[in-house]
Amino acid sequence: MAEHLAAFKNEQAGMSDISLFESVHVGELPVAEVKQNNQELAARAGLGVDASRTTLLSLIAAREALDDAAIPHLSNLRTGFVSANTVGGMDKSEGFFVEFLADNNKGKLKNIFDHECGSMTETVAIQLGLTGYMTTLSTACSSSANAVFFAARLIKNGLLDVVVAGGTDALTKFTLNGFNTLMILDKNYCKPFDQNREGLNLGEGAGYVVLVSDRVADMVNKELYAELSGYCNANDAYHQTASSPDGTGSYMAMQGALKKAGLQPGDISYINLHGTGTANNDSAEGTAIKRLFGEPYPPLSSTKSFTGHTLGASGGIEAVFSALAVKYGLIYPNLRFQTQMEELPFAPETKFMDDQDIQHVMSNSFGFGGNCTSLIFSKVNS
Amino acid sequence: MKAYIRAAASISAQNTLGGTGFLTDVVEYQTTRMPAIEPDYKNYVDPKLIRRMSHVIKMGVAAAKECLQQAGVTMPDAIITGTAFGIMEDTVTFLTRIVELQEEMLPPTSFIQSTHNTVAAQIALMLQCHNYNNTFVHKGISFESALLDALMLINEGEGENILVGGIDEMIDASFKVLTRLGLYKRHPISNLSLFKEQSKGTIGGEGASFFVLSKQPDERAMAELSGIKMFFDEATGDVSGQIMTFLEDHALTVEDIGLLITGKNGDIKNDAPYERLKAGVFNLTPSVNYKHLSGEYSTSSAFALWVAANIISQKTVPPVLQEQAAIINAPGKILIYNHYQNKYHSLMLVSAC
Repeated sequence: MAEHLAAFKNEQAGMSDISLFESVHVGELPVAEVKQNNQELAARAGLGVDASRTTLLSLIAAREALDDAAIPHLSNLRTGFVSANTVGGMDKSEGFFVEFLADNNKGKLKNIFDHECGSMTETVAIQLGLTGYMTTLSTACSSSANAVFFAARLIKNGLLDVVVAGGTDALTKFTLNGFNTLMILDKNYCKPFDQNREGLNLGEGAGYVVLVSDRVADMVNKELYAELSGYCNANDAYHQTASSPDGTGSYMAMQGALKKAGLQPGDISYINLHGTGTANNDSAEGTAIKRLFGEPYPPLSSTKSFTGHTLGASGGIEAVFSALAVKYGLIYPNLRFQTQMEELPFAPETKFMDDQDIQHVMSNSFGFGGNCTSLIFSKVNS
Repeated sequence: MKAYIRAAASISAQNTLGGTGFLTDVVEYQTTRMPAIEPDYKNYVDPKLIRRMSHVIKMGVAAAKECLQQAGVTMPDAIITGTAFGIMEDTVTFLTRIVELQEEMLPPTSFIQSTHNTVAAQIALMLQCHNYNNTFVHKGISFESALLDALMLINEGEGENILVGGIDEMIDASFKVLTRLGLYKRHPISNLSLFKEQSKGTIGGEGASFFVLSKQPDERAMAELSGIKMFFDEATGDVSGQIMTFLEDHALTVEDIGLLITGKNGDIKNDAPYERLKAGVFNLTPSVNYKHLSGEYSTSSAFALWVAANIISQKTVPPVLQEQAAIINAPGKILIYNHYQNKYHSLMLVSAC
């Protein structure tokens, strides 16, 4: 977390060349990798080096979140782990598959064992002792935003007291090539919400928040980061991958989250955009914001200009950024922005700002399949 | 938390979809893998769309549409699916292309359709449904997690009618890998004799079962979903203790359960916990099995719920479900207990309305 805050302050993006795997796209498509190899991550996580990178990222981030929460007598509480990802242990499966394709009796089974999305969740839940209830969600790029609010509802419905929630995804050849077929990867570092944007950069990572019930909140000797005050999941129902031109799903998700929180658009202090940098997303999301919000538009930016698009992890990572924004009064810069989009009456923030009066942060996550989710994080007792 | 099962539709290895009798025309297979019996998809999906859809997407969309028709619901308040493996066929197609074409000039369709939420998304697209849409992908409790989400939405007052389903496909690659991992029998076996042979492994399966859960009962309601519980083996090895607590939470005793549906799959190790229960707390309770009809897969519990809803609504226990011939009275309450590989355990309580 500290490293992220420093990077925001220094406007230091995480993109570089692909170093994790061999690919014909090395040197051509920049990505935002976690700057540690599997051996280093495995040592840090305390897992075997054969573990999926997706699991390693998940365990390290979820453990940091849980340690930070410092909840006394955790084992006496009803705890759970709700995680999300989009391609499970694909980083291992794709290696297995090369041998398997040549001969169905070949390929090391240990490399396919964690193919399922649920595998990472299971390993991490066991490591952290959070097996009271665990589950995994997968709704493409909105996956972990849905995990965060499903977890909150488990608490609201009185089923659990503490839930670690978020998501994880490692970079894989599968996703890199997949997004490349759609011709939405920028060959340079991405420029979200810029008139001349040319696509997204893929990233990887994991992000988790620790959600607690009111009762547990009272027990914790620690200032809370924020309250999850609003959430909404809506579907664009327009196309399997493309967003509708006027951002119907995005509009409904943002509007629904405001309603849930009992807020007006003017109450939002900052929007952490989905902001992938593709022509389609930024236009649809921007148009939806234009329709829902009015002058003066809240400050907004896409932190994907730092992290790249981390897919199933992005909603969790951006939930963490949003919670930090609420607690420390931060607005993050949108890197590499130059030209305002023609169809929009607003431009993203380009400078890091602290000591701001941040009451409510909206975090958007939209994905394939029309899955749109907005979350609102508010100052506690505001 | 509870809801009413307003409609249930299943595509399975048996004749289960549409206006067929309730497990009266049973299909016998001599196999280690039972494929789903596919309907005429033209009855459910625009033929232009069918061509693009892979196997599991077609199964899911057709079962969902049949279910909505039965329910008389045109626009559900939420669409929630559970799938452990997701869209395997498209995933394997895209992986194959990456290797064969060495990452150059790959066609995008199989990647686009490979995301786990594709079935829920395609249903939303076909219905033009902008409401809540979610997909759970957690191994043997993928479907149960989707059900829990639906029950919570109803409890929160967020929906009147919710479409929820469990879907998984078995393709050649996954069957081969799972066979190498030791899940299935080494020799073909009659599915109708699955419980007669004491050996390792089971029969693989696939299917799509959908339900409309409603907040209010009406004349269409088939049964009440009275409760659900999931537990993980690391947390407890005590299955009967978990069941007793579950029953207590619903103010019930073992005597109140008219029928136990177990997830026996013919693998001696897998079946041991069920046998212990049947010899223990449920020694006086009639019990039946279902995996000899559906095959074993991670979301087969959705097929079990389809069976339970039909037993309650049709007031009959089809003889093919029974391991030993017996007369079983139409039950008022059914407990479904399933576990997947002795790790993920789930309980579903289904009652007459």
